[in-house]
Amino acid sequence: MNATTAEADVIIVGGGLHGCSAAYHLAAKGLKPIVLEKHVVARHASSASAGGVRRLGRHPAEIPLAQASLELWHRLGDMLGADGNFRPSGQVRVAENEAELAACATRVGETRALGYDFEELLDRDALRRTVPAVSPHCVGGIRVARDGYAFPFKATTAFRHKAEELGARILEGAGVTALDRAGERWEVATGRGRLRAPVLVNAAGAWGREIASMLGDTAPVKPTALMMMVSDRMPHFVDPTVGAMGRKLSFKQMQSGTVVIGGGFEGKVDHATELTELDFRQLAESATNAAAIFPIMAKARLVRCWAGIEGVTPDDLPYIGPSKAAPAAFHSFAFCGHGFQLGPIVGSITAELIVNGRTNLPIEPFRVDRFA
Amino acid sequence: MASCDLAVIGAGPAGMAAATLAAEHGLDVVVYDENPAPGGQIYRAIETVSLARNSDLAFLGESYRAGAALARAFRASPARFMPGTTVWLVQKDRAIGILRDGKAAMVQANRIIIATGALERPVPVPGWTLPGVMTVGAAQGLLKSAAMAPSSPVVLAGKGPLLFQLAAQYVAAGVAIAAILETGARPIAALPHVWPAWRSGTIGKGLALLRAIRQGGVNIIRNVVALEAEGRGRLEAVAYRTVRGTGRIATPLLLLHEGVIANAQLTKAIPLAHEWNERQQCWQPMLDADGNSDVEGIAVAGDAGGIGGAEAAAHSGRLVALAALKALGKIGRIAHEALAETERTAWQRHLAARPFLDALYPPPDASAQLADGTLVCRCEEVTAGQIREAVSLGCAGPNQAKSFTRAGMGPCQGRMCGLTVAALIARETGQSMSEVGHYRIRPPIKPLTVGELAALE
Amino acid sequence: MSLFRRLHEDGPGDAMTVTITVDGVALQARAGESVAAAVLASSDPTSRAAPVGGAPRAPYCMMGVCFDCLMEIDGETNRQSCMVIVREGMMVKRMARPKAVTP
Ligand SMILES: Cc1cc2nc3c(=O)[nH]c(=O)nc-3n(C[C@H](O)[C@H](O)[C@H](O)COP(=O)(O)OP(=O)(O)OC[C@H]3O[C@@H](n4cnc5c(N)ncnc54)[C@H](O)[C@@H]3O)c2cc1C
Ligand SMILES: Cc1cc2nc3c(=O)[nH]c(=O)nc-3n(C[C@H](O)[C@H](O)[C@H](O)COP(=O)(O)OP(=O)(O)OC[C@H]3O[C@@H](n4cnc5c(N)ncnc54)[C@H](O)[C@@H]3O)c2cc1C
Ligand code: FES
Repeated sequence: MNATTAEADVIIVGGGLHGCSAAYHLAAKGLKPIVLEKHVVARHASSASAGGVRRLGRHPAEIPLAQASLELWHRLGDMLGADGNFRPSGQVRVAENEAELAACATRVGETRALGYDFEELLDRDALRRTVPAVSPHCVGGIRVARDGYAFPFKATTAFRHKAEELGARILEGAGVTALDRAGERWEVATGRGRLRAPVLVNAAGAWGREIASMLGDTAPVKPTALMMMVSDRMPHFVDPTVGAMGRKLSFKQMQSGTVVIGGGFEGKVDHATELTELDFRQLAESATNAAAIFPIMAKARLVRCWAGIEGVTPDDLPYIGPSKAAPAAFHSFAFCGHGFQLGPIVGSITAELIVNGRTNLPIEPFRVDRFA
Repeated sequence: MASCDLAVIGAGPAGMAAATLAAEHGLDVVVYDENPAPGGQIYRAIETVSLARNSDLAFLGESYRAGAALARAFRASPARFMPGTTVWLVQKDRAIGILRDGKAAMVQANRIIIATGALERPVPVPGWTLPGVMTVGAAQGLLKSAAMAPSSPVVLAGKGPLLFQLAAQYVAAGVAIAAILETGARPIAALPHVWPAWRSGTIGKGLALLRAIRQGGVNIIRNVVALEAEGRGRLEAVAYRTVRGTGRIATPLLLLHEGVIANAQLTKAIPLAHEWNERQQCWQPMLDADGNSDVEGIAVAGDAGGIGGAEAAAHSGRLVALAALKALGKIGRIAHEALAETERTAWQRHLAARPFLDALYPPPDASAQLADGTLVCRCEEVTAGQIREAVSLGCAGPNQAKSFTRAGMGPCQGRMCGLTVAALIARETGQSMSEVGHYRIRPPIKPLTVGELAALE
Repeated sequence: MSLFRRLHEDGPGDAMTVTITVDGVALQARAGESVAAAVLASSDPTSRAAPVGGAPRAPYCMMGVCFDCLMEIDGETNRQSCMVIVREGMMVKRMARPKAVTP
């Protein structure tokens, strides 16, 4: 591909879940996209992710998208020929006292008022039936039945392989270093040569701000290292993915028996090397939270900790939709730690915007220029 | 948070020598080792053996006995020794995470010397997960620390000084050896390195070992090119192939050994800068002449910085301690120069034997003849075939192999499979080992419980 | 028969025996030995069942590297038995394969 300039219908910058999903949906509509990935597909957030497929507790602006995305998660196997290990195990958020339970009730009321009935209030007994291993002090919570989790690497590669099957190309080791609009085309310089296409998609995750600014859009993003821990295999004790109202916690037991613990605790990002450093004082708090909700965890052995880099915005919402400064360019980045669930639908939205010029889903809250 | 001038991690010859010297010169030194007593791998249990099992020194040999003086000086020094303490974290800012008696704590050190030693190169053979298959080092550890020896005639397979040392110790202790299966051929490539090795005394010692083994009437089968551990639920026999033919020996115990490699788990987790050592076929930290790493205030001594053997380890420990003393203002530049010169000369004399040993016992190419069905990752039970398949599906490196196959995701955190997985990927993709790289190692490098981490002091 | 035997069955230090319990069976060990060493000198050298396939495993490296010696010791699961010294009355169990969420 060196020396000559290759052509495609759409250039997608970034080979995470969002880039691969966009590639799939575009290819499914008959276009020939190319994904340019600086490292390898799913090098960053899309393999480090906890993989929670969760509508529970979502920001109201994201709920319509999350609803539509969930339907795609349930059809993923049919759609892609691989289900990314999606398991509709349900999601639960635990209340540890009456005040938190009241907050649960308020939240469920609010979502109902918006016209959604997926959240269900649990009293003490119902919580215990759903999550028998929960600490006795917990008084109730919220449950969402059809939510679940998937295996991030597998989900991302499922999109990638189907996209490739439908004619998309993936170029790894091709970091985008410069963008130019030459007539009706974007011309993109990468570590592996130059490429041209009429349309460009920015799916560069935590680095999306750099691509946005090449396009002339100002979109604040803070690259953030989100930390995770995993235990060794334990006997099966919990089905749904569990969070807490009053603590930072995301907790799930995988098919293998290992328990994956997160909750948004932050390590450090080294911007130059794209590596992360763990912060064990923070992880100690994460461990405290896990053991508080699940006493059985106190003696579980942590075999691995890691962190993934995710872009976080001032209002905790992603950037989705057309560039304001440049023609024929679209954003899909900075998902603030909850973009895994949205992956399947946002790729479809981007493809609709490119092919039809519009989407039926409400994406106004995710405008790229909302802080400009 | 507790603090100290100098934290030494590991109380083998390198750590003991470093801590003794630094503490004698007035530094506040703390030494951590996960074992219950000082000694490291070579001098394991040297104190109890010298005191309570003095007669065992007869078969454990001269080189083992040498550790007693080192341990005595270490105990007599003002260094604070923390046995039974696992270091699970070292940060670049020199905060150290320790675990002792179920309590996790952080300690701030002004300088750190990492002396975590070596481990035996894991080389998979079919059946190596059967009970009854262990390493030579494991059996030697049992001999030193518990005066335990095989109950029935044992088979030793592989190569390297350690294997012959154990064989000689068994012969001296009257323990029956069914056979030694020596893998590979002793190559001509070793010849040019003979003289420096001779001068360091290595060859003389080696020949004496071989003589002792032969006098013990041990059956040594050479040029073994393939090995297989057979049995259902337990080892029953070892099948082997030499250039001349095949054979099978019934035995309940097979001890494997293919040399040692730097224990890079901690140094990789920090991470310090590492380089691939082509001769020894392992990763090792990049160090300057004083053992300093690329991270300010963190140095590496002994085999953890590259395999040099026990005597080299002690000199390297002192050399690194001298650099710490200079950096912390305890000795002047001129005093340092003089003392360091002596240690460096002695260190290099011992290192001079390595090229000979490395050429005499070249590391096997783990990837070449590994059968698809052989387990590579013992923890997650991933086979060589699964790694090869992942590569054919686009897996580009060891970190991706984790996502593809779960290799390296178990409790040993890739210690047992890391090099093999990388070698398989290198062979399948036509890349070099340094291009392929290694698993990204993350702390905690030893598991701790959720409860222990939650109570972190 | 055991894989390993003690060289000084009636030699020095023999008085210092401790008794531990492995899967409900009393086992004599010497003070200062690791749990893994005591198990290797017993009639059943296995420490655990492999977590995926369930095959028996025994201590392999005896230096804290391989994690095949994982046992439950005094109620704590998955401890490296080669790094734990025997204590009078210690309750040890071989680690069974954990029951998976779905087989
Ligand atoms: C630890 C962790 C836990 C999480 N848990 C959850 C969860 O439970 N549920 C949930 O819904 N979400 C979760 N998330 C969030 C979710 O994983 C992310 O929102 C999602 O994966 C983002 O996908 P992406 O494709 O936008 O980004 P990435 O996967 O980061 O992909 C961006 C890609 O762009 C590439 N790139 C960057 N710059 C360039 C360039 N100039 N040229 C070419 N390529 C470039 C990068 O190399 C990278 O591969 C979590 C995230 C983390 C880190
Ligand atoms: C199993 C084995 C047996 C060996 N036997 C011999 C022999 O008999 N003769 C010989 O010449 N050479 C032997 N060697 C080679 C040997 O490594 C060196 O000769 C010598 O022991 C190196 O000394 P060292 O101080 O660098 O490291 P070591 O002696 O290996 O000491 C390292 C110490 O660090 C400790 N440690 C490691 N990681 C941590 C951690 N995270 N937290 C706390 N403590 C930690 C270990 O417990 C150990 O005590 C052996 C090697 C191995 C692996
Ligand atoms: S025997 Fe290898 S870790 Fe204990």
